Amino acid sequence: MTDKATIVVHSGDMDKLYSALIIATGALSMGMDASLYFTFWGLERLVKGKLEGGRLSRMHLFGIGKWMVRRRMQAARVASLEKLLQDFKELGGKIIACEMTMQIMGIKKDDLRADLIDEYGAVGTYVQEARESSITLFI
Amino acid sequence: MADIKVDVRGETCPVPLVETRKALRKASPGDTVEIVGTHPASKKEIPMALKALGLKLKDIEEDGDVWRIKIGV
Repeated sequence: MTDKATIVVHSGDMDKLYSALIIATGALSMGMDASLYFTFWGLERLVKGKLEGGRLSRMHLFGIGKWMVRRRMQAARVASLEKLLQDFKELGGKIIACEMTMQIMGIKKDDLRADLIDEYGAVGTYVQEARESSITLFI
Repeated sequence: MADIKVDVRGETCPVPLVETRKALRKASPGDTVEIVGTHPASKKEIPMALKALGLKLKDIEEDGDVWRIKIGV
């Protein structure tokens, strides 16, 4: 088992994506390896132009809740999702896109952010990553 | 032997930790990396990261809300 964190990013909710990216960049910063496996609604966030488009998992209130939380996050100077993703890549993090989700949702490679994705895979890829990880999470 | 300074005053989780790691990756052996910040948890967590990375914490200073961490690469 190596010192690695593997996270399944299943949710496309803004707050959950923050949790996944903060943990993943944190793990890299503490000297671990990290892999993010984007599937279902999470993968939708890697479609060009949709990164910030997720709703709030609770109290979304037709967008008012999200707007309020974003304002508070800006006031607290929380990093953008884009910055966290760029940091994740710069620190050597790996991003895997789920091929089955692409099929189900009709997402083509051209629709996705090719600048971020290292690999396209299925469950075997996740299991292989997870079995060599000391931290694995489903978000 | 260079002195690399990283200013993360006003930044919150996980930016101080991430910027520290980014600076350390770019530094060469013999360099000193100095991080200045205000995020309270990072003052504890950056030394934890240094331990995990096997790097030397040279000094921690505090002046009010501002802390300054010096790292030997």
